[in-house]
Amino acid sequence: MRPLRFLLNEQLRELTDVDPTLTVLEWLRGPAGLTGTKEGCAEGDCGACTVVLGTPTADGKMRYRAVNSCIMFMPVLDGCQLLTVEHLKSADGRLHPVQQAMVDHHGSQCGFCTPGFVMSLFAMYVSESRPTRERVNDVLSGNLCRCTGYRPIVDAAQAMYDTAWDEPVLAHAAQTAKRLLELRKDSEPLALEHKGRRYFAPTSADQLDALIAAHRKATLLAGGTDVGLWVTKLHRDLGDVIYLGNVAELHGIVESDDELVIGAAVTHADAYDVIAREFPDFGELLRRFGSTLVRNSSTVGGNVANGSPIGDSMPALIALGARVVLRGPNGEREIPLEDLYIAYGKQSRKPGEYVVRLRIPKLKDDEQFRCYKLSKRFDQDISAVCAAFKLRLENGRVAEIRTGFGGIAAIPSRARKTEAALADQPWNEATITHAESVLGDEFTPLTDMRASREYRRLATTRSLRKFFIETTQPDARTRVLGAEVCA
Amino acid sequence: MIEPAAKSNPAIRTPAPHDSAHLHVSGEARYGDDMPEPRGMLHCWLHLASRTHARIVRMDLSRVRLAPGVVDVICAADLAATTNDIGPVFPGDLVFAEDEVLFDGQPLFAVAATSREAARHATTLAEVEYEDLPAILSIDDALAANAEVVPSKQWLRGDPDGAIARAPHRLAGRIRMGGQEHFYLEGQNAMAIPQEDGQMLIYSSTQNPSELQHKAAEVLGVSAHAVTAENRRMGGGFGGKETQAAWFAVISAKLAQRTGRAVKLRLDRDADMTITGKRHAFLIDYQVGFDDDGRILGIDFLQAADCGYSPDLSHSIADRAMAHADNAYFLDQLRITSKRCFTHKASNTAFRGFGGPQGMVGIEEVIEQIARHLGKDPLAVRKVNFYGADSRNVTPYGMTVEDNIVDGLVGELEQRVDYAARRRAIAQFNASHAYLKKGIALTPVKFGISFTAKHLNQGGALVLVYLDGSVQLNHGGTEMGQGLHIKVAQVVAEVFGIDLDRIQITPTTTGKVPNTSSTAASAGTDLNGAAAYNAAMKIVNRLIPFVRDHFKIATETAIVFRDNGVYAGNQRLASFKEIVKLAYMNRISLSAAGFYATPKLEVDALGRGRPFYYFAYGAACTEVVIDTLTGEHRMTRVDIVHDVGKSLNPAIDMGQIEGGFIQGAGWLTSEELWWDARGRIATHAPSTYKIPVAGDVPPHFDVRIYERGINVEAGVYRSKAVGEPPLMLAISVLYALKDAVSAIGGYRRAAVLDAPATPEAVLMAVEEMKRAVAARTSHATPVESESATTA
Repeated sequence: MRPLRFLLNEQLRELTDVDPTLTVLEWLRGPAGLTGTKEGCAEGDCGACTVVLGTPTADGKMRYRAVNSCIMFMPVLDGCQLLTVEHLKSADGRLHPVQQAMVDHHGSQCGFCTPGFVMSLFAMYVSESRPTRERVNDVLSGNLCRCTGYRPIVDAAQAMYDTAWDEPVLAHAAQTAKRLLELRKDSEPLALEHKGRRYFAPTSADQLDALIAAHRKATLLAGGTDVGLWVTKLHRDLGDVIYLGNVAELHGIVESDDELVIGAAVTHADAYDVIAREFPDFGELLRRFGSTLVRNSSTVGGNVANGSPIGDSMPALIALGARVVLRGPNGEREIPLEDLYIAYGKQSRKPGEYVVRLRIPKLKDDEQFRCYKLSKRFDQDISAVCAAFKLRLENGRVAEIRTGFGGIAAIPSRARKTEAALADQPWNEATITHAESVLGDEFTPLTDMRASREYRRLATTRSLRKFFIETTQPDARTRVLGAEVCA
Repeated sequence: MIEPAAKSNPAIRTPAPHDSAHLHVSGEARYGDDMPEPRGMLHCWLHLASRTHARIVRMDLSRVRLAPGVVDVICAADLAATTNDIGPVFPGDLVFAEDEVLFDGQPLFAVAATSREAARHATTLAEVEYEDLPAILSIDDALAANAEVVPSKQWLRGDPDGAIARAPHRLAGRIRMGGQEHFYLEGQNAMAIPQEDGQMLIYSSTQNPSELQHKAAEVLGVSAHAVTAENRRMGGGFGGKETQAAWFAVISAKLAQRTGRAVKLRLDRDADMTITGKRHAFLIDYQVGFDDDGRILGIDFLQAADCGYSPDLSHSIADRAMAHADNAYFLDQLRITSKRCFTHKASNTAFRGFGGPQGMVGIEEVIEQIARHLGKDPLAVRKVNFYGADSRNVTPYGMTVEDNIVDGLVGELEQRVDYAARRRAIAQFNASHAYLKKGIALTPVKFGISFTAKHLNQGGALVLVYLDGSVQLNHGGTEMGQGLHIKVAQVVAEVFGIDLDRIQITPTTTGKVPNTSSTAASAGTDLNGAAAYNAAMKIVNRLIPFVRDHFKIATETAIVFRDNGVYAGNQRLASFKEIVKLAYMNRISLSAAGFYATPKLEVDALGRGRPFYYFAYGAACTEVVIDTLTGEHRMTRVDIVHDVGKSLNPAIDMGQIEGGFIQGAGWLTSEELWWDARGRIATHAPSTYKIPVAGDVPPHFDVRIYERGINVEAGVYRSKAVGEPPLMLAISVLYALKDAVSAIGGYRRAAVLDAPATPEAVLMAVEEMKRAVAARTSHATPVESESATTA
């Protein structure tokens, strides 16, 4: 067995006896003795633990993305560079531009969230040119500050680009990529064992199949933005873990004239551009899905395979008619996404099967698509209700309607009765009024901390109403987000 | 302490960065859990009760004690010999549940073990049998059962019932507002390290080291002099670490005393949000009588606060709610009744504003209702009710408002935002948009500064000057991000006329300044800044006669400390460093303890009299847009002007204003606490409890310090307190939302919208408004039938 190998800042670290579900945060603050990175929530919702993960691309460049270290397991660092807040000051003690801008603009008060903000902004600094304020808000959607009210932080995020600075991380990037590619090239897939619990990071689907066959009870780990919480919040022992992130067949986005095919291990961050371009409203939903920190880890397949009734991507995918490709002992099979879900916690996935990719049909010219995510907070909040609609009209009548809903049933669902009530009907007020009443009765949502049953029911029908308005009154303003409302 | 001497290196009135800013950004700022851990340190974890109200029939901890790594286990019985009660003023705040569990999550016992995981695991091995008892889960339940944590209180002035009965218009109604989780980013933590001879050193994330020291001494059964409590900084406090930090400190201290080993207790986020108290939820009933202009003639408030299971500071918080039932308005004939309700919930505690925000929402609701009833702009109704300068200027608690600037300040903002034109533009927008509605509100803030408990209004400091002219500063205040330390350092640098970087800020410790008050009530700078000023002045006043004699200066008044030196008029006599060295050689003391007690305060047993030294003022104008189909909403524009007197540090003050506003906006919109039917809190982590994020900040956010501001009282260099008051600027957000909902009803009905105004609450208010329009009724009940209530 080879050790877990990664760069901590510029330094190669090789760890042999590592608990596979030890979080990066616990390791940093404990064995590594680096306490600059903070624990605020241990569930990926506050960003105090933000670190930057550097990964090499095949062409010898580096990508840097900010992630939550509190729910990231140590072995995921294999072959990566981990950058922490301690690394930013230059050797002569000068603050990095992001740090100096935060000081100059009074961007810290109590300072506990500050290292996390600094690292989110640092990832932006090395990856993007000077952003708009809206872009900064998106970048910071996973970083909570309770003191400042954010304005000075956003100011700093823009001002940091004004400092003349030869960024050492970028200056070393080619060399770093070389070091990491070197590590990755001549290495066998990572396999660890610690106190009887094993961790595997296969690199091909064949290896994955064999591992799943040999370790039937193993936990499959992708982005870890939910599985991580099983450990940090539920204190569960995951047993053996098989990591999917390195499996080549689970990666890649393939686009054709009529569909997008997205590998299961593609992160939501990486899928964003193409999805936002093809389905602007789905893009808007993804912009508000989790946070930037979450989307940098969370995967398209993970959200779907997790199958939570409040998972935000499924309503849109179901309404779009996405199909999920499963692979198992008997090879691959393909089913409509909605057919994956049977009941709460129960899926039609057979033992040994895993999600390989999603096939999302592109919209045809005469198809209209909208989705609506309703939550207490716009950013990084689980939906009370998530609703999506795809419509094709022929001569003013409903030729095709597909819906997808989350938050109102035990599984992500189509509203089939409502679809039936709409089918072949004229797309008009009377039809919608009737369909609203059908939809209001079709589900029995729960009351919980996110919303009451009554709100869920009402908001569900109102989302249909909104879709009707948006498809029939293109000039009517129906969204509170967007700059035009402020004018 | 009024006006500084002219100098080319002024330390005050400058935007000096937070003293720790460079440490915050580099991760070098050390918080409790970042401290080096002493050899053999144990980790502590708590077992939390899983019942809301129950008798503990049996608690068997034998398996817990035998678990791997466990060194000690303590429960209430182990504290019986000293005390299990750490109530700050009244008894009732328990370290561990005794015979009964009083809220879901109440700690039953604590485990000290060799690792955090070992301690946590051990806590799961307890066998506890409960017998469930009926629980009081809401203010309504408590009012029905007359369940109180401390007795209710009432202020009466004149004949409110008669005034209301005789008034041309009368309304009655109710508003509820939820509590608020502090969500300090750094959770509660403490590390206790046994010292020789029975002493204990406690590092705690606390706003109140002195109280913690004394509580720990009681629990340990030692004298206070054996306990030292220290804090360099907190990762946020907001009131949540005023009393309740002591809880976790005394548990770790007791375990440290028993085991002879250092013990650290750091709550995880879920435990923190489950165990600790929050801002008090309030229910406020009102009856009001008013004239055709909307002038309030008589008013009767019932304020009912959800205090949770124990007194904690609820009496003072409810007092402050009473004292802010007026906000900036003169309420002539009045009755304010305050009920301090007992519920089987975590004990609610201090939170920025300390009851003031809830009291103020009560009167703003009344203003809103009056305005809609009369068909007037709420701002017009506000203005006719503002406190007067020479008359109509006595508060419900009998204090004359002597520093009233609300008219000028509101007028300035009204002009700046072009309120009338905005109002028209919004009407136009609403007329031309079927689904989105905009709303606007301009609300004032008047907030009383001082602890309402008179004795707490004292501060202490210790200033040490070393032979190289460098200075160590220590004072009784704690740093939780508010910039207290830099402001106090600026004061000391100003007195000595030296550069700010000559002052070293040191951790707050009970070993240097004793018997301090909590850093709270916005009074940190007023009390500790003044004490540090007095300490530094003591040293200056020792140096001046020496300088006079040494340099043979004719008059002492010509001697000035400025520009890192000592001057006689324009003549530089020596550098500060040289003077210090000379003074030392001539055996003059270079250190001093300073003390300050706020003057003029006097209150009677009911809290009436002069509880406040002065008032801080502000005003905010907020514009929102709502989606009437979903209830989603956001702020589109916010303009603020806020009075900080003459600012010691405009950058720090600006941070308090902006941050306070956004925190208040969170309280009133997205931050919803939710308990299930059994009384278990379900919003105990940021995944379920939603504080504002960067994207929630309005795209137009124009915050300004009131340029004409000055403290007419002798606040530190004429500055004013700024910690809490800005939070209440956010009341404008709630009333802008109500304005938007009201637009649906042609502004003749007030929205039925309690706080927090979540999308759900707004949608339900929209629906209610539509129903009311259809049914032609209004929300607040006119006490008798009147015409012209509906358009």
